[in-house]
Amino acid sequence: MTQVIDRRLSGKNKSAVNRQRFIRRFKAQIKRAVADAVAGRSIVDIDNGEKINIPARDMSEPVFQHGRGGRREAVHPGNTDFVTGDRIKRPPDAAGGQGGGASNSGEGEDDFAFQLSREEFLELFFEDLALPDLVKTQLAKLTDFKSVRAGYTTDGVPTNINVIRSLRGALARRIALRGPHMKRLREVNAELTALQPAPDETQEESEPRRLELEEEVRHLKQRIESIPFVDTFDLRYNNRIKQPRPTTQAVMFCLMDVSGSMDEERKDIAKRFFILLYLFLTRNYERIEVVFIRHHTIAKEVDEDEFFHSRESGGTVVSSALKLMQEIIRERYPLTEWNIYAAQASDGDNWDDDSSTCRDLLVSKILPCVQYFAYVEITPDAHQTLWQEYQRVADAYGNFAMRQIDAPSDIYPVFRELFRKRVK
Amino acid sequence: MSGKLLSEGPEWSFELIERYDREIARVAANYGLDTYPNQIEVISAEQMMDAYSSVGMPVNYQHWSFGKEFIGVEQRYKRGHMGLAYEIVINSNPCIAYLMEENSITMQALVIAHAAYGHNSFFKGNYLFQTWTNADAIIDYLLFARNYIAECEQRYGEEEVELLLDSCHALMNHGVDRYKRPSRLSADQERRRQKEREEYLQLQVNDLWRTLPARDVAESQQQEPHFPAEPQENLLYFIEKNAPLLKPWQREVVRIVRKVAQYFYPQRQTQVMNEGWATFWHYTILNTLYDEGLVDDGFMMEFLQSHTNVIAQPPYNSKFYSGINPYALGFAMMSDLRRICEQPTDEDRHWFPDIAGSDWIKTLDFAMRNFKDESFIAQYLSPKLIREFKLFSVLDDDAQEQLEISAIHDERGYRYIRQSLADQYNLGSREPNIQVYNVNRRGDRSLTLRHTQYHRRPLGDSAEEVVKHIARLWGFTVRLEAVGEDDKVKVTHECKVEH
Repeated sequence: MTQVIDRRLSGKNKSAVNRQRFIRRFKAQIKRAVADAVAGRSIVDIDNGEKINIPARDMSEPVFQHGRGGRREAVHPGNTDFVTGDRIKRPPDAAGGQGGGASNSGEGEDDFAFQLSREEFLELFFEDLALPDLVKTQLAKLTDFKSVRAGYTTDGVPTNINVIRSLRGALARRIALRGPHMKRLREVNAELTALQPAPDETQEESEPRRLELEEEVRHLKQRIESIPFVDTFDLRYNNRIKQPRPTTQAVMFCLMDVSGSMDEERKDIAKRFFILLYLFLTRNYERIEVVFIRHHTIAKEVDEDEFFHSRESGGTVVSSALKLMQEIIRERYPLTEWNIYAAQASDGDNWDDDSSTCRDLLVSKILPCVQYFAYVEITPDAHQTLWQEYQRVADAYGNFAMRQIDAPSDIYPVFRELFRKRVK
Repeated sequence: MSGKLLSEGPEWSFELIERYDREIARVAANYGLDTYPNQIEVISAEQMMDAYSSVGMPVNYQHWSFGKEFIGVEQRYKRGHMGLAYEIVINSNPCIAYLMEENSITMQALVIAHAAYGHNSFFKGNYLFQTWTNADAIIDYLLFARNYIAECEQRYGEEEVELLLDSCHALMNHGVDRYKRPSRLSADQERRRQKEREEYLQLQVNDLWRTLPARDVAESQQQEPHFPAEPQENLLYFIEKNAPLLKPWQREVVRIVRKVAQYFYPQRQTQVMNEGWATFWHYTILNTLYDEGLVDDGFMMEFLQSHTNVIAQPPYNSKFYSGINPYALGFAMMSDLRRICEQPTDEDRHWFPDIAGSDWIKTLDFAMRNFKDESFIAQYLSPKLIREFKLFSVLDDDAQEQLEISAIHDERGYRYIRQSLADQYNLGSREPNIQVYNVNRRGDRSLTLRHTQYHRRPLGDSAEEVVKHIARLWGFTVRLEAVGEDDKVKVTHECKVEH
């Protein structure tokens, strides 16, 4: 009569599809919530899921139901001191006690809140962005190949001989070539048997024919034996071809001015910018290395902690960092294997006569090597020579972009602007 | 005595569940409960959430609204705002009941008694379920529906199907037959007949819209017989059969939503009774097991703690109040019926001369079989319960400045409150009465719906959206008129569709 079934092990994510559909359906609202969330909180922990609020009204499912007004009567429990005929003030709108509880579902003004997973969050976060020219690079710089198997060929080097295929071919060839001889041999043998003289007959009559046939048998056997066991014609070689492999590793250079004028707040803004770029790259490349270069009058490669937390005083020579970056690229990151990205943050201070050096370095040495070079100037003040020189670079080169940032909340819009999908 | 105990400690095992089920089945049979065979499935909390969000069904078609439901349930569960109800039971044959693995053996026994014998016998016995649902075929039908809709998605695109489903869902509550018996169909028949239907329906529609010579509009409206001849209350049915522009597969999807709505129609009308019946029986059965010495005091303490939570009814001025708890009212009424049969007072004899002092098992069985919430309350709510619940009735008339207490739990008020509460459970007054009134067949093909207002109540704000959905299905202009108490008709909503 009763059957007890253990269903615990059968699939538990039945609702996953419906969840995906929900997210797709309300993408616009969810994306708005994602943008708000990014502006509002520290980007350091951006790599987590996010709680999303959508106004419940936006996603309600409409049905015909009674609205306010008209005459309605409701029965409630727990009367304490009312008596029939009492008149009471109408409670303010949206207060409880109206209309029997069951019918007022779907009217709530509350937000519908839920948690996006990390993956879902980042997917939405980066959706409109595309790595600039990533596709183009993949097509243009296919210098890396991997060797893959691609069937068999009839010529090659002995090490690539495929024994099974070769012998299979040989066997087929032997059967084919032997066929006619074997057939004739069987006929001759049959005739020979027929010629065997009856015991009472003399042998003379059939003797010449018999000798002739025996000669033919010998000849046929020779022909059959002379068919080679393996012929060069039979040989098959494993074929390998080279397939172009898109480069899936990138190096990201973080360049930052740490001179006295860069205070903690500015560094924090720069850091957020770098982290965003890093997160973005992780979406597109399997492997990413990060190189931190900080500079005041001289540049130095440092680890992340030192990069953000130590502080120097003194002047600023931006070109020192560019030089160091160029050297590092030459030594460690061959262009055929690496996609190179660079992000530079500065407050715009530079020695006046250094700015033009920077421009030259960028134009002649760096921009030809990198996929993208992004420069952000973190200052509320007027621009100085560095900005003006860079401006000229930006006008001439498509893979160079620059923006000014005032406050943390500017980062996200600027970031989007820098890496906006380009319509070609 | 302890030798007779079915179990000790809170842990459950499959063997124990079977042993409890045997005992509960025995007791239930002694009380005359007639049930479908049971299929008890042990599932995890995640699976319970899955089941929740697809309206309790083990299979269903895919739609974002179920995803929304799932996310909502998951959030509330994770934050501890709600415990999962400990049972979901499906009106099917065999009757499927879910047990959650997190529960103790006491809770499992409670759920078995509640769902597998309480609800199960209600599904099998109540006239609404008998009339409107087909327990043998529902799972098969849902499987057919899911596959069919998935196929449509592949063929016509997810987006297209989703929009169609949105529109159908908006009309779900107005997509049920109230007075006709739908034919029984197995999944096989359904598939076979679906093809024929597709072709036939299209033929019908084409016939209906066959181009006729143009005539003067005013003249044609005078002579034109009304279509439909009688107003039709099943909007989805009307659209399925008559919407001019729907393609055959779209008609089939409309039909699927309509069938699902029809399946849930009895459940919406028997909340109080169904839950009351199941709660009454888990209470009675487990107490019987205790009287027989099969369960111990610890078991009963845990059970009663859970039971009293379920039937708690906060008063109207409590912050936990959210309307009348159907478990509380249903359980109280069922228990009260038994009391009236077993220990009637003079008041009971006066109010319920037929049943006072009768055989309680027969009386309850009769009540379970032949009523729905509305009529059940109108028939059986006793003055004693009205006093116990301290029920009072509030009249909210927008023509008046203040609310009026129209009745309280006193001699003058009993009948009034009983009627008023019954009315509150009447789907006919809870949901707006909207019917297909007219189709302009020779003119702009517009569809006119009429909302016959109930106590002057207007439609809520969402009506505008719903009219848009209807226009999407109908393909031409849709108008919604309201008929007031004075029989005056005015157009309240209109969605124009230009061609």
